[in-house]
Amino acid sequence: MPISVIGKMEVKRLQVINEQGQADASLISLLPDSIYNKFFETITLARLYNQRALSLQREGRLGTYASILGQEASQIGSALAFDPSDWIIPSFRESGVLIAMGYPMRLLYRYWMGDERGMSCPEGLNILPMCVPVGSQLTHSVGVGMGIKHKGEKKAVAVYFGDGASSRGDFHEGLNLAGVFKLPVVFLCQNNQWAISVPRSAQSAGATIAERAFSYGFEGIQVDGNDVAAVYKATKDAVDKAKAGGGPTLIECFTYRLDDHTTSDDATRYRSRDEVEAWKAREPLIRLKLFMEKKGLWSKAYEDEVIKKASDAVDAAIKEAEAMSPPDAADMIRFTNKELTLRQKRELEELEG
Amino acid sequence: MTTKQMGVFQRPANMVGAINATLAQEMDRDKDVVILGEDVGRDGGVFRVTEGLQKRFGPGRVMDTPLAELGIVGASVGMAIYGLRPVAEIQFMGFIYAAIEQIFSHASRMRSRSRGRFTCPLVIRTPYGIGIKAPELHSESAEALFCHMPGIKVVVPSSPYNAKGLLASAIRDDDPVIFLEPSRLYRAIKSDVPDEEYLLPLGKGEVYQEGKDLTIVAWGAMLHKAAEAADGFDAEIIDLQTLKPFDEELILSSVKKTGRLVVAHEATTLCGLGAEIAAFVSEAAFGYMKAPVMRVAGYEAVTPMARLEDDFNPGIERIKRAYELVMEY
Repeated sequence: MPISVIGKMEVKRLQVINEQGQADASLISLLPDSIYNKFFETITLARLYNQRALSLQREGRLGTYASILGQEASQIGSALAFDPSDWIIPSFRESGVLIAMGYPMRLLYRYWMGDERGMSCPEGLNILPMCVPVGSQLTHSVGVGMGIKHKGEKKAVAVYFGDGASSRGDFHEGLNLAGVFKLPVVFLCQNNQWAISVPRSAQSAGATIAERAFSYGFEGIQVDGNDVAAVYKATKDAVDKAKAGGGPTLIECFTYRLDDHTTSDDATRYRSRDEVEAWKAREPLIRLKLFMEKKGLWSKAYEDEVIKKASDAVDAAIKEAEAMSPPDAADMIRFTNKELTLRQKRELEELEG
Repeated sequence: MTTKQMGVFQRPANMVGAINATLAQEMDRDKDVVILGEDVGRDGGVFRVTEGLQKRFGPGRVMDTPLAELGIVGASVGMAIYGLRPVAEIQFMGFIYAAIEQIFSHASRMRSRSRGRFTCPLVIRTPYGIGIKAPELHSESAEALFCHMPGIKVVVPSSPYNAKGLLASAIRDDDPVIFLEPSRLYRAIKSDVPDEEYLLPLGKGEVYQEGKDLTIVAWGAMLHKAAEAADGFDAEIIDLQTLKPFDEELILSSVKKTGRLVVAHEATTLCGLGAEIAAFVSEAAFGYMKAPVMRVAGYEAVTPMARLEDDFNPGIERIKRAYELVMEY
């Protein structure tokens, strides 16, 4: 037989709650009832944080900012599946992930105000500074995974990146190494359909990003990225597998960036209003509220209370961020090496006058 | 300190053996020291520098990776942040370019970006320089690129003895170190290398030969050529050892004595480390100088293949001419 089939690929897609707020009975029973309020409250908080960041930017109180609007389910559903002792390696559009992990919002604001201290992760959390060169953080998850394995710990690593990053060599080297060494890494692709002006279809001729895991010898799955329950379920499974020594997983969260790439971008130049409107109708809170209402977990009064609480927290964070002392210019030299060179010592003297 | 002063058992070794012994010593001392790279395990590395280490420490600590330079360095960044002490091998310096983003955008600035919360204590070892008649991109001397980037140290040994002491210090350093091993010297020279551990400080050069009329600064394989060319001159030869941060004090004290300086290196003259040393000396010791600082270095040309190596690399005659020019000024 000159030609035989030696491999067959299956690409799975997961949805737990549909756009009408109806849940798959067998899947939903796998999630704890207490989780939905956590979903709702964290998404609400992240959304308010985001909204305020955008207005602060317009007021000139914050620098260029990358909005997470529309991607909250992908970010928060995945982040909540990790423990604080797990390691999180974010891209620059992961404010929702960081908020869900308990990263102080005042530091997030401070970062976007242009202050490195905003990236100094508090003790008790293991979140690397947001990564700006797209995709270059993927291989760091390999190293952290090797570290976990070396120390014999039961921890997992999350690495977040977008559809644009999936075109980079880093994606290949990261996934390939994680597969070869069977590392406890969860690759969380936030496929928001647009890498600035380049649509997902122009990043790759492949139908999904999830299917690429097949070629690295581990599982990949696409999830409805606007369904927070599906994102959580897929991530939790991947985290459990990672901690049990089962190796990496690639999760493609199929979502949409409703805002511009950053505050310096104008998305109307490259995509239609109709497309954005269609995705707006699918944003993650709509179905979550419908589902929770049916379960008796949501009411207008409850929502008002959640918004009030979130709003107070955001206000307090902004106040704290703006009240922080200005950064010490000497820090830029001081933190370059553990021990300063003679030149750095001279420069420090010059700087401090 | 000389090996004799240390009074410990020593044996003649070449640089390959010295580096191998150092890696074993550091892995014995600290279980968080791990090695990774292409062919470093089973094969012991293409130059056999890691020979026997996988057998001794296991595949979990001496990892044969897929062919992926970016991935090797990116994974090292992650391990270093996690608290390990990775020693990555890039098979030849010409292949490090694929990993430049990991070095420049991550390893070098993790401490700064996280304001000290995360650090990157990693070592990248790579054979470098001309002189082994290897194929294209196997003979690069791109040290200046790394010297330019804040947050990284660059170290070049010139003998088996200093390779051991410098590598041990590099592995124990809390910041990233690029450790460039002159491939021409791997098996060319032997020196007495003590069995016992010793550390040579990073950032310090050494007076290789004392003299009064002329200071010569060189490193790695070029040190030996620069010394050979100095026959007939009363030259003080400084083996820089650490290129970044280089030993300003040692250079200054020497040029204040001699009033003349020649820097010799293999890499292209333009924006090479010689330019920085010359600028530093003219700023800090202009009044002491009896002649302009001279550089004798590679031409502004792509590192050539085997047949033209010796034409690119400053030879004894070119180096000698630089000394003469400075002396006759």
